[in-house]
Amino acid sequence: MGRTLAEKVWDDHVVRRAEGEPDLLYIDLHLLHEVTSPQAFDGLRLAGRQVRRTDLTIATEDHNTPTLDIDKPIADPVSRVQLETLRRNAEEFGVRIHSLGDVEQGVVHVVGPQLGLTQPGMTVVCGDSHTSTHGAFGALAFGIGTSQVEHVLATQTLPLAPFKTMAITVEGELPEGVTAKDLILAVITKIGTGGGQGYVLEYRGSAIRSLSMEARMTICNMSIEAGARAGMIAPDRTTFDYLQGRPHAPQGADWDAAVAYWETLATDEDAVFDAEVFIDAAELTPFVTWGTNPGQGAPLGANVPNPADFEDPQERTAAENALKYMGLEAGTPLREVKVDAVFVGSCTNGRIEDLRAAAAVLEGRQIADSVRMLVVPGSVRVALQAVEEGLDKVFTAAGAEWRHAGCSMCLGMNPDQLAPGERCASTSNRNFEGRQGKGGRTHLVSPQVAAATALLGRLAAPSDLSNNVAVEA
Amino acid sequence: MEKFTTHTGRAVPLRRSNVDTDQIIPAHWLKKVTRSGFEDGLFEAWRKDEEFVLNRPERQGATVLVAGPEFGTGSSREHAVWALQNYGFQAVVSSRFADIFRGNSLKNGLLTVVLPQETVERLWELTEADPTAEITVDLEAREVRAANITAPFELDDNVRWRLLNGLDDISITLQNEADVAAFEAKRPGYKPRTLPVV
Repeated sequence: MGRTLAEKVWDDHVVRRAEGEPDLLYIDLHLLHEVTSPQAFDGLRLAGRQVRRTDLTIATEDHNTPTLDIDKPIADPVSRVQLETLRRNAEEFGVRIHSLGDVEQGVVHVVGPQLGLTQPGMTVVCGDSHTSTHGAFGALAFGIGTSQVEHVLATQTLPLAPFKTMAITVEGELPEGVTAKDLILAVITKIGTGGGQGYVLEYRGSAIRSLSMEARMTICNMSIEAGARAGMIAPDRTTFDYLQGRPHAPQGADWDAAVAYWETLATDEDAVFDAEVFIDAAELTPFVTWGTNPGQGAPLGANVPNPADFEDPQERTAAENALKYMGLEAGTPLREVKVDAVFVGSCTNGRIEDLRAAAAVLEGRQIADSVRMLVVPGSVRVALQAVEEGLDKVFTAAGAEWRHAGCSMCLGMNPDQLAPGERCASTSNRNFEGRQGKGGRTHLVSPQVAAATALLGRLAAPSDLSNNVAVEA
Repeated sequence: MEKFTTHTGRAVPLRRSNVDTDQIIPAHWLKKVTRSGFEDGLFEAWRKDEEFVLNRPERQGATVLVAGPEFGTGSSREHAVWALQNYGFQAVVSSRFADIFRGNSLKNGLLTVVLPQETVERLWELTEADPTAEITVDLEAREVRAANITAPFELDDNVRWRLLNGLDDISITLQNEADVAAFEAKRPGYKPRTLPVV
């Protein structure tokens, strides 16, 4: 019987397979950041161990880094200690690091792909759940805990429990104004926050094949929000074109050998998935979340749901709690929900195409007076590209704040946070209670919806904008 | 890692589903560079409410958390496990755990037990009616016992063996270092390395 993409990549990394033991898998790339690594390095020191493969390990600073005044010492002393700890550990153990101020610094999941370090058929791990992003290249990529970070540092391997496979097949063409973000939000609402548990998802079908690499990353990034072990997309010409010429992409004969291997990775025609989900791309619309987990979403044209309509008692209670926290009334059209803040950025939607999409909506217009909008590029490279294209000027002319690269308001570990009760349309990945700041309320949206929302001061799509938008706002 | 064989203690019934790791330990606590001192951050936002179950006097000293489905979703932060342990929890019972949280818990000796939702409901009813009721989580027998409830649970044999003996994963892997070296010798040359490109 044929094998799926995930099974092929897994099989190619088995270091040891023994009865009654989990498979021991080799890890091709280990990404580090400041938050989940300090205790792992401490563990190495205590045991007198070294980093086995510093040449397969790379660190960047992202979660804590400020997006203003980056040339000054970091104001928060606790954040500063954490960043200094990473720098010290990188130096002591010989790990390459891209610190604040470095041209390669940025959100770890933006940095890996843009350097060309993320390639098809690899195993990629990081102490960060959004490592699933790298699955867009046909890599088996997943988030790990700090104990596993230590394990990979020491051994370059991980013992892993077997997984199941799920095909998410999306056929057809995405309608105008519908993005990869809308698609993945719809998938999560359909299968639920636990629907992917134990599975590696493979996104396939004509709608997926027609997506750019960056859009594919947006989709794989949020696989974890469906509870999945990982999300993957078979590598194809789009993947190879994105990679060719990047700093760490293979060259010459190595490139040919690599492509020959990558072309063998796609799921075999006779392979069988453990579960299958079908989605008709033509039926999708801009999608937003109304609740406090990423599975609580609805089309922008819908109303805030009534908890009483949920059959499952757990879901009903969750919806009641969510509406209370979010300060929403059942039955309110989502388009009437007013926001105080808009965040464009994160490992989900902080790449150049995302910034271009938001800028295209904002160009020549002004955001609503009541709205504060932050645009945070996913990396310094993305920022430089945006400046070269003049996007930064579009943002500032529209009244948005153009910031330095980092995770920023996606999780509010740096000063970029919502105030209690503030409501935000955010291109990030989690609408959990307090995620963007204590008491803050998050609606997950695409960059296009984020920009239109900033203009109108309420949840909106670009199609809602009229020519006299400034008056309406 | 501490060994886990069997544990008996009072419970905290947490009637919430989708308890994500941002709720278990908010992001600002993640700036700490140690594995200890997270107890005050556990469920920090919810604990501001005096009526929150963890704040009730009858729940002080409880060591078994009984939670709704999809416990531990979201961020991979192992700090969530440390916070639960630092606070004093030895075991968590739920009908479904998020994968990464579950893996993290079992690597730290915090036993996460999967029971059917109907059993979770019975444990909630029991411990809400009688806060002094004790729950036994017996890893050797793979069984949860409380009052008139006896519920078997499944756990992978290998994981169970490591927990019962308090074994450290890294030492086990390093015993097979020759396998790792053999694998490395055969890795294709086109695989990327992180060494700076000159």
